[in-house]
Amino acid sequence: MNTIEVNNLTKKFGKFTAVDKVSFTVKQGEIFGFLGANGAGKSTTIRMLIGILEPTFGDALVGGFSIKNEPDLVKKNIGYMSQKFSLYNDLTVAENIRFFAGVYGLDGKKYEERKKWVLKVANLEHMENVITGSLPGGIKQRLALGTAVIHEPKIVFLDEPTSGVDPISRRNFWDLINELSEGGTTILVTTHYLDEAEFCNDIILINAGKLIAQGNAKALKSNYIKNPILEIESERVVDSLEILEKEKWVGETSIFGNYIHVILNDNKINEGNIIHLLTEENGIKVQRVEKIIPTLEDVFIHLIEKDSKKNVQ
Amino acid sequence: MFNRIFAIAKKETRQLKRDTRMLFIVFFFPVVLLAIFGYAINFDVHHIKIAVYDQDRSEYTRDFINGLISSEYFDLVTNIDDDKEIKKLLDEKIVQAVVVFPKDLSRKLLSKQEVKIQFLVDGVDGNSASVIQNYVNAATYSYSIELTKEYLAVNGKNMYVPIDLQPRFWFNPDLQSTRFLIPGLMGMILIITAVISISLSIVREKERGTIEQINVSPLSSIEFILGKTVPYIVISLINAGIVLLAGYILFGIVTKGNILLLLLGTFAFLFAALSLGVFISTISDSQQVAFQAANVTSLLPSLILSGFIFPIESMPVAIQVLTNITPAKFFIVILRAILLRGAGISAFWDQLVYLGIFGLIFIMLATLVDKKSKNK
Repeated sequence: MNTIEVNNLTKKFGKFTAVDKVSFTVKQGEIFGFLGANGAGKSTTIRMLIGILEPTFGDALVGGFSIKNEPDLVKKNIGYMSQKFSLYNDLTVAENIRFFAGVYGLDGKKYEERKKWVLKVANLEHMENVITGSLPGGIKQRLALGTAVIHEPKIVFLDEPTSGVDPISRRNFWDLINELSEGGTTILVTTHYLDEAEFCNDIILINAGKLIAQGNAKALKSNYIKNPILEIESERVVDSLEILEKEKWVGETSIFGNYIHVILNDNKINEGNIIHLLTEENGIKVQRVEKIIPTLEDVFIHLIEKDSKKNVQ
Repeated sequence: MFNRIFAIAKKETRQLKRDTRMLFIVFFFPVVLLAIFGYAINFDVHHIKIAVYDQDRSEYTRDFINGLISSEYFDLVTNIDDDKEIKKLLDEKIVQAVVVFPKDLSRKLLSKQEVKIQFLVDGVDGNSASVIQNYVNAATYSYSIELTKEYLAVNGKNMYVPIDLQPRFWFNPDLQSTRFLIPGLMGMILIITAVISISLSIVREKERGTIEQINVSPLSSIEFILGKTVPYIVISLINAGIVLLAGYILFGIVTKGNILLLLLGTFAFLFAALSLGVFISTISDSQQVAFQAANVTSLLPSLILSGFIFPIESMPVAIQVLTNITPAKFFIVILRAILLRGAGISAFWDQLVYLGIFGLIFIMLATLVDKKSKNK
């Protein structure tokens, strides 16, 4: 069953098209990853899906409600947490929970039960009278997610929820996301951490407002890059890159720290050719050349470069 | 719906309790204003310091001076013997006025000639100077009449004064300026609690991004704004009470009119002021901008253009039109009618209508701007 169905969703700001005829579907209980560079149109899409920005045209059904015609019903049935920390820093933990419970009309036993749950997931039991602003970032993020789903929505939108949070907190946060998903909640999450994308059941990638790839992590890696990828570890990374880029059989190159990733155009080329080129012809010492399975990063760089070239033409 | 409004109001109150800066603005600032306007700004002219240059030194000049200083309006600071001192005394602001009696005053009076007394007034403060002139005119006039009476009595005749003007000042019998200022002060103080605090409180949510979380919740804008304004309405009413109480205790001003009408007027005013505040919050992105905007559109006009201090009738027509940008203008008319005259609703219903129109215009503008910004 699809809980989110997006059809040709488009948003124009004046002449600029921020989101261009994007369509996709999200199944119930899925963790759906929404990837793209900053300014690619992720936030604009989410803002339309949660009913606070009107689409220029196209529509989407969220939990069965049209974002165009029934934004108020959409709002009632979703949870949303944004990259900007959205709790009141000058209220205590308990006061924040009380407030959002009040906004969603929770009271009595239900309220007590949910409050307990939020405190538990945020690891803030016995700390409910602490001023929220004084909490560490990771805890705040979990509290924000807890309060965002205090009314137990079936669909949750997370807009870069882990940006600016340390790796361990990010891990804890993803445990919480998995927990929600196992409980049947559908989660749409935007991120630019590609390791996080690996946790998602399904991923879409947008660039310049257009959807350019879709599938799970495995499918993306095997469907979009057919040519072999070599990882090269050499002494002079930048020089090596320049030399490699001159060769006809080199498709795309990118630098990952001390390594270079090269997508080959020609299947006949192997590790030996690379070593020959760099060491014998140019005197650069090569530590290692290895054929690798592409990472999501390789896939996305490949796709975005391909798309950008197309846009220029 | 009421639960949701209540949730917002409660949250707002809690935040306010922790926000010392805001508490200062809404509670302490009014008290300071009250003290400043009640005591420091006083347009009544009392205890004018005068010096006397008496070249005649007669019974007449002593009588004349005694007449002046026996009222509370004049204090005799010094007697001088040289006209060179006059300039020094006025220059250094030791005195505000100097009375100069000519040498031959008593001789002329005895021979029934007209006498001229010179009265030099420091004209820098035009308002005080003209008040001093009026006092001295009246004192001189009555002393003149006394002398005439004496003269006629000596000759066995009674003096006949055909017209005796008996002015009586209604609503403010002692012509105290505080009575006139208190209603304006109340308008100004409520402008601060209403326009400034509501706009700051909404813009703060924008600035900190919390408004986003509100936008995606099922809260409607109306619920949000009502919930936010409730605490400030309560504070405004408390402040209004404080001003009235202070007016009574410190300046003896008793509310003459109906308290319920006063409340009605206050609510109408708060509606107008709060919608201006909401409008300001929609056009500003930071608290700084909102504070400046609130200052320029409400605080300053409520001081200068509302008729609080300067009468609107004596402004140029263009400025008179401009005075409509402050709801305080209408509120002050209502307050003066109720507080000082004890007038009924017939005296100010039109002002209530203006306040209503004012409020609706700004709520509509705010909605328009808000809609536009949502599609950005």
